[in-house]
Amino acid sequence: MKLLIVGCGRVGSSIARNMSDDGHDVSVIDEDPEALQRLPESWPGRFVHGHGLDTEVLVEGGIGTADACVVCTDGDNTNIVIAQIARKRFDCPCVVTRVLDPARAAFYDTLGLQTVCPTSRSIDIMTEAICATPGRMTDDT
Amino acid sequence: MYILIVGGGKVGSNLTSTLMKMGHEVTLVEGDRDRYALLEEKFEHVVRPGDATELFVLERAGVERADLVVAVTGDDEDNIIVCQVAKEKYGVPKVIARVNDPRNQPHFDMVGITLTVSATATILALIEHQLPQHELVTLIDLKRENLEIVEFAIGSGSPAAGKYVRELNLPNRSRLISVTRDGRAEIAIGETQLAPGDLVMAILEPDVEDELKQQLMPA
Repeated sequence: MKLLIVGCGRVGSSIARNMSDDGHDVSVIDEDPEALQRLPESWPGRFVHGHGLDTEVLVEGGIGTADACVVCTDGDNTNIVIAQIARKRFDCPCVVTRVLDPARAAFYDTLGLQTVCPTSRSIDIMTEAICATPGRMTDDT
Repeated sequence: MYILIVGGGKVGSNLTSTLMKMGHEVTLVEGDRDRYALLEEKFEHVVRPGDATELFVLERAGVERADLVVAVTGDDEDNIIVCQVAKEKYGVPKVIARVNDPRNQPHFDMVGITLTVSATATILALIEHQLPQHELVTLIDLKRENLEIVEFAIGSGSPAAGKYVRELNLPNRSRLISVTRDGRAEIAIGETQLAPGDLVMAILEPDVEDELKQQLMPA
């Protein structure tokens, strides 16, 4: 499949690497040219330097033909706007968006975006881990 | 009216003063701590600190009872989110957004923010208007009314050069307003004769713009 990744940080670059290793056609967009360093030296895919809100940059990254799009820049609001552009203006069939703020993630889910909220996930996992421990085992209780 | 303003830069703070003088109840939300401190000296309890793209900040600022939300931060993404959330989640009847980069205008349109103001686009149009030769320039864009006022020059190759306004086959939903020749403007009437070099102002519905261009500007 053709995959577009907007934001080449830890998450974006890892997904790019994994999907490319599995034989998919991956292009990556980041506004920092240095972000290319996060990808393997022999990166076979495309890397477009530019801002994801810029329609021309998205088109250069292949949004018009992408089967899926992952949006994971470091700004929640930027991600939400880019995801809506990918969905509404370019009819991308699958758009997955990272939103760190649980409140905004929940609201935009109701508007039909597919959001991933690492904060909510962390809260759940950490709470579960706490609740699963028996606590200090003291003799006098 | 209860008006919530997001972004306390030059636009936001002047807007706050003006609206308060008009007798409206206003809350201004500013995310930058230093700027908030300055604004607080002037506006006291009217200004609140916080990132208004956080829903709880909007709620504490009373978004649910706001009649109008105005987003005028320097970030187009933030302005889009504030307006979209205010409208879609809290049912605010009217939202107005500032567009910083005119290239982002389609994104505002996409999410249904119909009332936008772009200082950059306005300045560009006014400067183009001052240049001797220019393409068709949109001087005023009345989105809600679905009308725009444009200006363009009659070139020597224009099919309209030498014709009277009454002879022109203009699109139905358009009218010529004025003709400026040698720096003097006159209201366009049927008996106005167009000459190469004339600057013409017209009011029209945006979708007949291409048709009007064909009638009046050389190919």
